[in-house]
Amino acid sequence: MKALSKKRRHPLAAVALLLFGLLITGSLYTAAGSISEAKAADTTTASQSDVDEGGKLFVANCATCHGMNAEGTNSGPSLIGVGAASVDFQVGTGRMPMQMQGPQAQAKPVQFTDEQISQLAAFVASLGAGPAIPDEESLDTTKGDAAHGGTVFRVNCAMCHNAAAAGGALTRGKFAPTLAGVSEKHIYEAMVTGPQNMPVFNDSNITPDEKRDVVTFLKTIEANGSAGGVALGSLGPVAEGLFVWTAGLGIIIAFTIWLTSRPS
Amino acid sequence: MATTNEYTPSTATGRLANFVDTRVGASTIVKEFGRKIFPDHWSFMFGEVALYTFVLLLLSGTFLTFFFDPSMAHVVYEGSYVPLKGIGMSTAMASTLDISFDVRGGLFMRQVHHWSALLFVASLSVHMLRVFFTGAFRRPRELNWVVGGVLLIMGLAAGFTGYSLPDDLLSGNGLRIIDGVMKALPVVGTYLSMFFFGGEFPGEHVIPRLYSLHIMIVPAVIILLLVIHLFMVVTHKHTQYPGPGRTNDNVVGFPVGPVYAAKAGGFFFIVFGIVAFISGIFQINPVWNYGPYDPSPVSAGTQPDWYIGFVDGALRLMPGVLGDFSFVWNIPFPWGDNSLVLSVLLPALVPAGALFTVMFAWPWIERWVTKDNREHHLLDRPRNAPFRTAMGAAGVVFYCVMWAAASSDLIATHFHVALNDVTYWLRALFFVGPLVAFWLTRRICLSLQRKDREIVLHGREAGIIQMSPEGGFSEKHEEVDVYKRYLLTNFNDNQYIPAQPDAAGHISRKEKRRAKISKFFFEDRVAPVTPSELAAAKAAHGHHEVEGEKQDSIEK
Repeated sequence: MKALSKKRRHPLAAVALLLFGLLITGSLYTAAGSISEAKAADTTTASQSDVDEGGKLFVANCATCHGMNAEGTNSGPSLIGVGAASVDFQVGTGRMPMQMQGPQAQAKPVQFTDEQISQLAAFVASLGAGPAIPDEESLDTTKGDAAHGGTVFRVNCAMCHNAAAAGGALTRGKFAPTLAGVSEKHIYEAMVTGPQNMPVFNDSNITPDEKRDVVTFLKTIEANGSAGGVALGSLGPVAEGLFVWTAGLGIIIAFTIWLTSRPS
Repeated sequence: MATTNEYTPSTATGRLANFVDTRVGASTIVKEFGRKIFPDHWSFMFGEVALYTFVLLLLSGTFLTFFFDPSMAHVVYEGSYVPLKGIGMSTAMASTLDISFDVRGGLFMRQVHHWSALLFVASLSVHMLRVFFTGAFRRPRELNWVVGGVLLIMGLAAGFTGYSLPDDLLSGNGLRIIDGVMKALPVVGTYLSMFFFGGEFPGEHVIPRLYSLHIMIVPAVIILLLVIHLFMVVTHKHTQYPGPGRTNDNVVGFPVGPVYAAKAGGFFFIVFGIVAFISGIFQINPVWNYGPYDPSPVSAGTQPDWYIGFVDGALRLMPGVLGDFSFVWNIPFPWGDNSLVLSVLLPALVPAGALFTVMFAWPWIERWVTKDNREHHLLDRPRNAPFRTAMGAAGVVFYCVMWAAASSDLIATHFHVALNDVTYWLRALFFVGPLVAFWLTRRICLSLQRKDREIVLHGREAGIIQMSPEGGFSEKHEEVDVYKRYLLTNFNDNQYIPAQPDAAGHISRKEKRRAKISKFFFEDRVAPVTPSELAAAKAAHGHHEVEGEKQDSIEK
């Protein structure tokens, strides 16, 4: 220890300290980052022929905006490293190919067959590591905890998607869509890839188990329906107020007119 | 009661009735009240709807108190709603879920309570609009107008305190806004908030406190005001719409006993039925969707119930900064800076304050401008008071713009427009809307009055084209019958009154101001048809009179 303290005024001491600090920070970051590291390589089952077919589909349908090598252009972002999950979500919900430029891509009827979508996904996944399409296990709602998923949902998702997952408005024409009728796989993929204006919820932010809980929660409330009767769009007090002022008062007024129009 | 010729009933029922009557004098009350005359018109029944929904609120609310536990103690929910099982929440929220899922008929009663609350405030509002637009608040009913206004405010208070009770995410967000508004008050804000919440928000005291207000103080005040309100209605007698035989000194209609007792009694059950039907079919305030309150999450689509919406809307419309100008002012004091958060204080307090101030003061404003201090028991048709109708329409638009702003996010998603644009448009409408509404409504009223004049003087176009022997074409005009003419020609005609000198011959500044407003209100006016005008018009048409003249003679 004494030898070390003697050298503390050595000209290279500051450099050594800096290097040491960087080494520590770097290793800590690597350790922490590896949790949320993309796991594309180990789950890929695509064959080379799928990748080739996907490449052809890509050039024919996507390259106009995303560039011939998916490097991105002014009209569309680079797809290198977005992963198979991203393709499966965007193309599988009909958002891509995009109908028109706008605040955000809107869902529309799906343009490709499931096989074509998986080929496209395989091609994009081959360009760089990215989130893979989730497996059956992580989508199995029988293994999820709906109550815990509800808590995770309210803390992370409800501010845009509404507590009842009915959707909500964002700035300048962007919006968070309703989650009713969205498949388990697509909900999961949206969380890991963060499509449109949605943030990415990586595995250190919401663990895969918690993601499954969220999916379970959404599927549970969807299956439960509304306990109290017609849900009026699950839009909360606005829909209720509108209803009472139109239908409620309308019926009341009809009765008042009837009551006062009869000769007694 | 020592008189010898006392009435002795012969039947058992008669004896019982006589026993009660000789002790409480019920027959005098029934005789007085039972012969009270009420005029018949559908627009007179909204006050009744408010009364009946209030009764419904008392009944369903009592049921809910049997099962609701207004405590903020922490429990783990173990009831039958699976998506919340094992989640920590307050006892208030857990007991609300129990009422919804584990108490027989509980969810229905909750929905009855909530739907009748919405209908209660809605019918109160429509009732006040009817009173305003027909001029029923004029002497001698000014004080009753004020009592009604306070009832409306108490209705809002009852609604808001009740809305917050389940301690769910939605109502917790609402309380957080109240907390924010309190804290925006300079100097005392933080203390006030700490006082109200019993410590730092949300604390563990606010739900029991709101509960005491909601089930005791507020309903008690409402009942008290209600009694005063109805007592004054009986004292003043009911107003009536103008018509033949209806004067300022009579009331034309039907007596309470038996007609109105039956009608009103029946109407109570109709209202009850409508609310029960709605509550059975349509879901309201599904707290299980929102989950327990936690200060961290804020759900999209968070709004208050409709009657608080206008304040929420004003908050949404208010910008935090305007270019480089910030609405947060830091005022240096010896003990440090005190922030004056105008971006919260202005929208939360000013529009609602202005609306209620003008509402309460309006009877006196109108009396001052028109110098009309007479008693009015005959109502105005809204078109015959263009200034008032226009002012009312401006107020309604002002309110509705803020109201719409409370649902700006839903307007954006459902009409596929940008949220920012909705806000910009509503901000513009906030200032321009009332002015346009005032101008437009006054023009419409004046046009309708002109049309009325035209109908009186020239009759209705019969749609029958006649060819004269000379070959000319003309349309037959049908003269209105005398009943209709009475309605069209007899109305309270307010005119511009120039500034009047006082006893000393001096015209005060206040009087000049009054004259200015009077000129603004009454400069454009359509005078009612005078008998001489009518005679002149008849004479002009007279020589074409069809033979065999009758009451409803047909004129060319």
